[in-house]
Amino acid sequence: MASQQDNSAYWSKNISIIKGCLIVWFVSSFGLAILLRPLLSGIKIGGTDLGFWFAQQGSILVFLVLIFFYAWRMHKLDVEFGVDEE
Amino acid sequence: MDQFTLNLIVVGATFALYIGIAVWARAGSTSEFYAAGRGVHPIVNGMATGADWMSAASFISMAGIIAFGGYDTSAYLMGWTGGYVLLAMLLAPYLRKFGKFTVPEFIGDRFYSQTARTVAVACLIIASITYVIGQMTGVGVAFSRFLEVDNTTGLLIGAAIVFFYAVIGGMKGITYTQVAQYVVLILAYTIPAFFISLQLTGNFLPPMGLFADATSTGEPLLTTLNGLLADLGFSSYTQQSDTTLNLFLFTVSLMIGTAGLPHVIVRFFTVPTVKDARYSAGWALVFIALLYLTAPAVGAMARLNLINTVYPNGTTEAPLAYDQRPEWVQKWEETGLLKFEDKNGDGLIQYVADKDANEFDVNRDIITLANPEIAQLPGWVIALVAAGGLAAALSTAAGLLMAISSAVSHDLIKSQINPEISEKGELLSARIAMAVAIAVATYLGLNPPGFAAQTVALAFGLAAASIFPALMMGIFSKRINNTGAVAGMLAGLIVTLVYIFLHKGWFFIAGTNSFTDADPLLLSIKSTSFGSIGALVNFVVAYFVSNATEDTPEEIKALVESVRTPRGSGAAVDH
Repeated sequence: MASQQDNSAYWSKNISIIKGCLIVWFVSSFGLAILLRPLLSGIKIGGTDLGFWFAQQGSILVFLVLIFFYAWRMHKLDVEFGVDEE
Repeated sequence: MDQFTLNLIVVGATFALYIGIAVWARAGSTSEFYAAGRGVHPIVNGMATGADWMSAASFISMAGIIAFGGYDTSAYLMGWTGGYVLLAMLLAPYLRKFGKFTVPEFIGDRFYSQTARTVAVACLIIASITYVIGQMTGVGVAFSRFLEVDNTTGLLIGAAIVFFYAVIGGMKGITYTQVAQYVVLILAYTIPAFFISLQLTGNFLPPMGLFADATSTGEPLLTTLNGLLADLGFSSYTQQSDTTLNLFLFTVSLMIGTAGLPHVIVRFFTVPTVKDARYSAGWALVFIALLYLTAPAVGAMARLNLINTVYPNGTTEAPLAYDQRPEWVQKWEETGLLKFEDKNGDGLIQYVADKDANEFDVNRDIITLANPEIAQLPGWVIALVAAGGLAAALSTAAGLLMAISSAVSHDLIKSQINPEISEKGELLSARIAMAVAIAVATYLGLNPPGFAAQTVALAFGLAAASIFPALMMGIFSKRINNTGAVAGMLAGLIVTLVYIFLHKGWFFIAGTNSFTDADPLLLSIKSTSFGSIGALVNFVVAYFVSNATEDTPEEIKALVESVRTPRGSGAAVDH
């Protein structure tokens, strides 16, 4: 049985992993595809610009990588803190 | 063999498959009925979630929306996939650990309040019913076009199929039929896209083809498309037309609405462990992404093919004569979804941006279904697309009906009306609730309320403004108490509803609206984008009300502590 102390350290580690992932999530979609698109319009891809590619392809690919990274990282953390499922 | 017989064989074969699976996967206990016995492999659940999530809107409508909306409609692509990141990190693992059967059950237990649970049930039922109407009308359209039965007969056949496997199999039957439906719908979506991408660009992968050179001009496909659109007076495909603020808020609303839709969340209750719930969200997005990465290519290529059909010798030459129109145009004219009006009486089809001169009116819902015909693909591909459209609509309808029936039998009957009910009694009441929900959905599908098209915004608005914030605060804060949660949900719900009603009319009664969408006075924020603001109101109100009222009891703090760590999730399996 893990102690109360262990759990709060585990939880704050989880929060910081989530924060990191959500920053990438935000930058790849809202950032590159919407807010920063005008700034990046000089970078051309197949008849349009980088922002358009991120809006219709890139952001989705980043989301995929993020979820699998999170699942892998959290399982490692679970084992580290002894709160994984036996 | 003619097209009709081919359609009949392919659709008939898929239906026989669904029924076979339903008979094999009957549910014997409430755990099997509500959560498929929590024995679903994460990859299998990912596939089922893909079919559950990808509705008639994704399969039938989205490519058409993109084809006619261009860059601005990227909000759908990012919103409907980015929500899974939030689901995987902020909700799914903890709700799986909680280990009960429904979303309102978590809200009721965590906020120790029957009121909170009832508010959640109300949101769930309104969101799910409005959503299911769209699925039923989608079934009707697909049937009437491909199987040449009238709309009513088509809808009744669809309802009978769903009734059969959802009532008998519950979540277990639905899960395994959804897997089969996923396979049908993804093949039906991608195979025509491969052909079309190959025809237009020489690259058979649609996501690559979208950014490749068009074989007809030697210039990039999107440059070619923009050039043709400019000739006809349409706005550029790759330019932003909407305001940045509205585009931003709309994407946020779709993302958190996706994460808050109960019929998607409950799918993560069916996997054995918390670890599986996290991975399963990733697998769900893999299966969803196969369609969502293809859709923007399908949209752009369909628009290009459409223009090339009307202007076979280029936009500078005379358009196609009406009496030489291809067969697919005639077929779709019969459904009323494609119209030609010879305004200048020259017998030619003028397709231009100017509304007074345009003679060709194409409903965007036909793009995906008509796509293989526009590209002149073989008959079996067309039949497969018909089966795919039906699979998408039926699988989502079943998931929604499941969410409605478990809310009624578990959150209303078992929890509030008759707590002493036996497991057998609860199972029976769940099946009766399911049958009633199907009857209501069929009735509404046959007699769609005039506001049906606007209600999708309502479903996402409700999920975004009420359910998502309540769940998130329930997990990530120990301080949010019963009063705060109820006040927050109601505040989020009310501002969102009022904003939608101000634009669409009170209770959707035409003429009672004070604004039209994108009013500069309201910063051009459309009613479909307001769920994100509603969610913000929910968070703020819940925070301040909770801090002004008494702290949460110790046992609730312990409950929050327990959902945060995976160990012990197995205990929930036998509960």
